[in-house]
Amino acid sequence: MQHSREALLHAYRQMKVIREFEDRLHSEIQTGEIAGFTHLYAGQEAVAVGICDHLDDNDKIISTHRGHGHCLAKGVDVKGMMKEIYGKADGTCQGKGGSMHIADIDKGMLGANGIVGAGAPIAVGAAIACKLDGKGGVSIAFSGDGACNQGTTFEAMNLAAVVKAPAIFVFENNHYSEHTGPSYATATATDIAGRAEGFGIKAWRADGIDFFSVYDTMREVLDYVRAGNGPAAVEFDTERFYGHFEGDPQRYRGPGELDRIREERDAIKTFRERVTGASLLDAADLDAIDAEVATLIDESVDEARAAAPPDPADVIKNVYVTY
Amino acid sequence: MAQMMLREAIVQTLHEEMARDENVVVLGEDVVGGMGTPGGPEAIGGIWSTSTGLWGKFGDRVIDTPISESAIVGAAAGLALSGKRPVAEIMFADFIGVCLDQIWNQLAKFRYMFGGKTVCPAVIRMAYGAGLNAGPQHSQSAYSLLTAIPGIKVVMPTTPADAKGLLTSAIRGDDPVIFMEHKALYGVRGEVPEGDHLLPFGHARLVRAGEHATIVTCGFMVSFCEQAADMLAQEGIACDVIDLRTTSPIDEEAILDSVEATGRLVVVDESPPRCSLAADVAAMVCNKAFASLKAPPELVTPPHSPVPFARELERAYLPQPSVIADAVRKTLAYR
Repeated sequence: MQHSREALLHAYRQMKVIREFEDRLHSEIQTGEIAGFTHLYAGQEAVAVGICDHLDDNDKIISTHRGHGHCLAKGVDVKGMMKEIYGKADGTCQGKGGSMHIADIDKGMLGANGIVGAGAPIAVGAAIACKLDGKGGVSIAFSGDGACNQGTTFEAMNLAAVVKAPAIFVFENNHYSEHTGPSYATATATDIAGRAEGFGIKAWRADGIDFFSVYDTMREVLDYVRAGNGPAAVEFDTERFYGHFEGDPQRYRGPGELDRIREERDAIKTFRERVTGASLLDAADLDAIDAEVATLIDESVDEARAAAPPDPADVIKNVYVTY
Repeated sequence: MAQMMLREAIVQTLHEEMARDENVVVLGEDVVGGMGTPGGPEAIGGIWSTSTGLWGKFGDRVIDTPISESAIVGAAAGLALSGKRPVAEIMFADFIGVCLDQIWNQLAKFRYMFGGKTVCPAVIRMAYGAGLNAGPQHSQSAYSLLTAIPGIKVVMPTTPADAKGLLTSAIRGDDPVIFMEHKALYGVRGEVPEGDHLLPFGHARLVRAGEHATIVTCGFMVSFCEQAADMLAQEGIACDVIDLRTTSPIDEEAILDSVEATGRLVVVDESPPRCSLAADVAAMVCNKAFASLKAPPELVTPPHSPVPFARELERAYLPQPSVIADAVRKTLAYR
């Protein structure tokens, strides 16, 4: 755990932005002002940030339908994203994508995706592009334990292995594919990464709640892939604090399960304990970030509410470049 | 101009475009062919011989893939989002069932759902069509299905020159394109312009001109319509035969201008009839040129059936030139 003070503050801020963004959406959705489906990432912050803190704009990621955390960690504009989720004209995707389809190509964020398992083959294409460009870039496919059962994921892993693409398959195992637990839905529930090994892909496994575990594991994974060894896979054990979608009453959860994971498996709390316990940061440093982030999210919600809706005439804009 | 087969025009175009732009990447099953087998690389050069010699010249930019259609189209999408110009091959159009999500929900929608902040210049080539007794899963004309998807363009060349002109435009354009090659047209010969040759999409080709009826068609059916027009010419009936070249975008102006002049429309379409290109063209004409019509439009299509295997059955399935000629006569006989 050798992080500069700045790096630690940055990592905490990024995780806190995701948590506040999602917690705030969870409450704002009750107002009825946000249309459509929203799938919150809260609880899984350490994975997105522990990975993306290693990346620059030259590296690509492909996200899932639970994509806000990946977008924020990759540097997509917070206020633009909030406006997009509110369906506003100057949202990240001009109100055309919404929560499930946010992308920012310039940041190397090639899109959240409404289709479970669709991202992995796209990430392999981006990885092939990185390889052809020869600038050391990698491409990361985020998949949940649900997406790991889609054939696309298997096709993508095999293709990446065959062409030795610098692709990294990140499995965020939050133990629920939609509303179904892994003991039923995933034949290798206790070891998704082992599936990658079946394709001859080197795999890692780590705790996805502890930022430092994610960060240190990803350093190894990225060193391996950037050295030209072809694809890699890594499975992070993590937790989903909210339901599959907002409004999901989560009747499938065990008694006390949510209280227990919030108490024992909270990435933000874990980070605070680690850095203050090792005297790397003071509680006051972290509290200052909390306040700053709270203000940022307040502003982003206020601005999203006040922002202009899209012009209905734009409904057919950008279907094609030329038609 | 050089004489060559349609398949050779495609190979030549791929060679020229890969040489012109290093961002052009070719991928697909056996596009190199023979990788990892005793015959060695380029033992095949594409099962349609449409990528012969590319690997030897362009190396890593020609990628043999496993049999994984979703991965092929998905990889093309990822390449396109990363600044490349992929040309992916799906061996048979029938296989889009395997990878339709990557075409329909991914490629076709990226630009729109990302608010116009990206282009997605991927070309997906695929062989389509009946006539080779390849049976129900290797003979379909998927273009009506694909034309129904907003966000992609659908292109169907019928001559070697058009194959070069349309494929060049597809590769250089910034929108995703489904480029459909009829299996029975690969061996058709014709003059192909040398050097840069680009054809714009949405501009039909008037195959022949005639004042009595308008035949609108595309792809392999163009040659059947020409045969029908030859039969009719012997009876003094002259037809406009319009080869659409692209079904998305479609050249409405060419269709409407012709129907306004002839007053009679026959649409000939190799895809199944329900929700088809034929239905689409007929509806458009009824909607926009109803007053010009002197007879109800005739829709000449296969039956609403899978494509059968046996020669006799497949012949009964495909609209034969005599059936097309009958349809024209029917519009002329209408009172």
